[in-house]
Amino acid sequence: MIKNYFKNTWEGLYTILVGMKITWKHLFVPAVTLQYPEERAKLPERARNRLFLNYNDCIGCMQCATACPVNCIDIETVKGIPTDMPSETSKGQKKALWVTKFDIDTAKCCFCQLCVYPCPTEAIYMTDIYEYSEFDRDSLVYNFASLTQAEVKEKQENFDKFQAEKEAQKEAAAKAKAEADAKKAAEDKAKLEAKPSDDEIKE
Amino acid sequence: MKTEEMILNMGPQHPSTHGVLRLELVLDGEVVHDVKPHIGYLHRCMEKHSEAMTYSQVVPYTDRMDYLASMYNNFGYVTAVEKLMDIKVSERVEYIRVIMGELQRIASHLVALGTFGLDLGAFTPFLYLFRDREKILDLFEITCGARLLYNYMWVGGLSHDIHPDFIRKTKEFINYFRPTIVELNNLLTFNKIFIERTANIGICPAKEAINLGLSGPNLRGSGVKFDLRKDDTYSIYNRFDFDIPVGQGLVGTVGDCWDRYYVRVQEVEQSLRIIEQAIDQIPDGDVKKEIPRRVKPPVGTVYHRVEAPKGELGYFIVSDGSVNPARVKVRAPSFVSLSALGQMAKGYLVADVVAILGSLDIVLGEIDR
Amino acid sequence: MQNYLIEIFGSEIVAYILSTVPVLAFIVIFVLFAVWLERKVSAHMQDRLGPMRVGWHGVLQTVADFIKLLQKEDIIADANDKALFNIAPYVVFVATLVTYTMLPFTSIFIGSNADVGIFFVLAFSGAVVAGILMAGWASNNKYSLYGSLRSAAQIVSYEIPTALVVLTMIMVYGTMSLGEITIAQTSQFWNWGIFGGPVLGIGKILLVPFMFVAFLILFISTLAESNRTPFDLPESESELVAGFNTEYSGIKFSMFFLSEFANMFLIGSVLVIFFFGGYNSPFGYLGNLLGVEWLVPIEQLFWFLAKGMFFVFVDMWLRWTLPRVRVDQLMTICWKYLIPYAFFNLLIVGLILLI
Repeated sequence: MIKNYFKNTWEGLYTILVGMKITWKHLFVPAVTLQYPEERAKLPERARNRLFLNYNDCIGCMQCATACPVNCIDIETVKGIPTDMPSETSKGQKKALWVTKFDIDTAKCCFCQLCVYPCPTEAIYMTDIYEYSEFDRDSLVYNFASLTQAEVKEKQENFDKFQAEKEAQKEAAAKAKAEADAKKAAEDKAKLEAKPSDDEIKE
Repeated sequence: MKTEEMILNMGPQHPSTHGVLRLELVLDGEVVHDVKPHIGYLHRCMEKHSEAMTYSQVVPYTDRMDYLASMYNNFGYVTAVEKLMDIKVSERVEYIRVIMGELQRIASHLVALGTFGLDLGAFTPFLYLFRDREKILDLFEITCGARLLYNYMWVGGLSHDIHPDFIRKTKEFINYFRPTIVELNNLLTFNKIFIERTANIGICPAKEAINLGLSGPNLRGSGVKFDLRKDDTYSIYNRFDFDIPVGQGLVGTVGDCWDRYYVRVQEVEQSLRIIEQAIDQIPDGDVKKEIPRRVKPPVGTVYHRVEAPKGELGYFIVSDGSVNPARVKVRAPSFVSLSALGQMAKGYLVADVVAILGSLDIVLGEIDR
Repeated sequence: MQNYLIEIFGSEIVAYILSTVPVLAFIVIFVLFAVWLERKVSAHMQDRLGPMRVGWHGVLQTVADFIKLLQKEDIIADANDKALFNIAPYVVFVATLVTYTMLPFTSIFIGSNADVGIFFVLAFSGAVVAGILMAGWASNNKYSLYGSLRSAAQIVSYEIPTALVVLTMIMVYGTMSLGEITIAQTSQFWNWGIFGGPVLGIGKILLVPFMFVAFLILFISTLAESNRTPFDLPESESELVAGFNTEYSGIKFSMFFLSEFANMFLIGSVLVIFFFGGYNSPFGYLGNLLGVEWLVPIEQLFWFLAKGMFFVFVDMWLRWTLPRVRVDQLMTICWKYLIPYAFFNLLIVGLILLI
């Protein structure tokens, strides 16, 4: 009992001194912190922060929008018509769709990187920008489509017109075909009716 | 003299509860009679969301449960889905997964040890341990680009192959980190005041720990030698040589707070051993080869459990043959640990409740999901 | 110093009032400096930098903090007991301030050379209990009540080892007046208290270990008196949010803060006066060497402040190294360890002095 008493006292004093020695040594270790914003840490090459879309490379396949777990990518496309096709991507692939709307709501983005992999043209990728705070939540919705409203309307109208023309053509062709068919049927019928005259001559 | 029981609220905003947790303490003076936890402040409907996502889209959701150990949450989920689909991943993927998992275990334990000291008033070990944790997060950052929520392990493989510098930097980290554990022991573990605060507090005997369903370091601190990495082996853990530290009551009784704390310190050392062995043996290969084009498991159910840093993390997945899971149920270890708090804290003082809660190492993200 | 001022102004009242001004000014400047030092010391011990932006390396940070505190809204809840709530911080501050009158800063400046020096200091250190109890009760908050009751128990219990060690030192020096005690330790440093003090002969060598023990006991118990870690339960942030400070804001909060730091310097200087020679220099005075008479008091002031600041630094060092003790362990340390040691120390020192 008495021994325990003195042991406690000695241990108490000794361990405290050991701890004090450690903190004393750390007093002379240079600081490990950086004085932000004057000094910033260098991010590694694979750092994933704000999303970026290279609009010219986007072919409008919507793979990234389906892969996103929080549905932060919003895409709308319009099919191009033969006289007004979008230009090729930087790697030479042909594009068939006009991407009229490509919105990324960076407030919702959870930086999971699932949208980067399915992209066939590597148009969407994550940059190393992390200081993009805004005062207004709506300004965090980034619009990447560089077509103006007028252009979008024009493309939609073009496509609708093209589609309507195609429909009209198809109808006209169908009608012409129907007429041709009817004419042919009438000719065939006439031929069939003209045949028994041979029989009559024979007799 | 008639005295009444006082109800004290350690409310949702409190510097010591590890997250948003409300503890209702029923006190008699300073002695605790009962502790009633109120949870649900961090519920984010993760399991319900998973039913609307595809299997690979669920992985970012699993990250966010136990946000201090996301690699291991990913690990549990993808191994469960692979078990359901009968995919066998390549050796390189297995090795890298084990290395990342063990690094994550060290990082998670460093937070647990640091915040435990912080709750008891020791401010400096917290900062020293966080400085070391930053080095682990740097290793993760060069590999997959993120520091806290990685989305690294995918069904059938990994999202990135390891960076060319990773092996060298991990070896540097191991050499740097071993002396830090010695420093931590000198500063905090064997400090007389710390021992007085944590020894013989919150004693949970082995039988009671098993009955309450505890797992992981909490169970091993009570003297039960049970570790899923050895007793129900998954991945390639059976190839490595490591010990299972068990609480022995060095300064106090078996199963007190100090034992649980010390088991975590020793587990950090054992994880370093595993990483050392694994880092030299990584075979070559392609980490994305076995990733299926479309994750569509056959109809069935699977329950798979892994040894997460906080305990036994279990995933129960029900598949109905489509690309969305029908049900993803997670068995979170912190949930069970928190439910054991009431039993463990009976008869101790208010200041001890904080110590016991710190030694159980709970994370509210996992409890509420 | 009073005589000098009386000569100048011809009126006693003015002289006495003026002689308190340096003390007040000193306390305010000291607190500004000590808060900055604490933040810097804690930061460098934790491998970081601390305040860096306000002034050179953050020296004006405390000034900025105090200006911020002074312009905050003074929140008084409805259910608080208004009179007690308002007075409590001032009681605590005044109790600490009054004890400064007994400290001998230099050989010519001492607030009041009363014969009851150290007794007065001890008495008013205990008077802060009243202020803390008032603060806790008037806050109408369970946490504050807990904090203040714990603090009251702590301060009152640790008065006893303090008093026992002080009795020991009074036996060694033979006087209670702090000015006299300092004068008894003049010339070289082996006259200092910790090396036996003014005792002559073989008694001096025998006394050294017991003086050392007395120093340790006094250090620990005065640390507990001023509510510093490892004994800072009344303000333990992680358990009780902020203890009895919870409900205070603005000027009143800064009063509590000021009095804690003033108390730290007070206990540092009490330790220095008893054991380390007060304002005496360990080597001799540069002023005497050069023959410049008026340099001597300035040197004495320098030595007094330096030694006091060293103990303040040790206080901060301990704060950032150790965890907190629990309430019942605090009482155990006091009643089961410190008081028996102090008591036996007293007996043995008495025996040695008789021989």
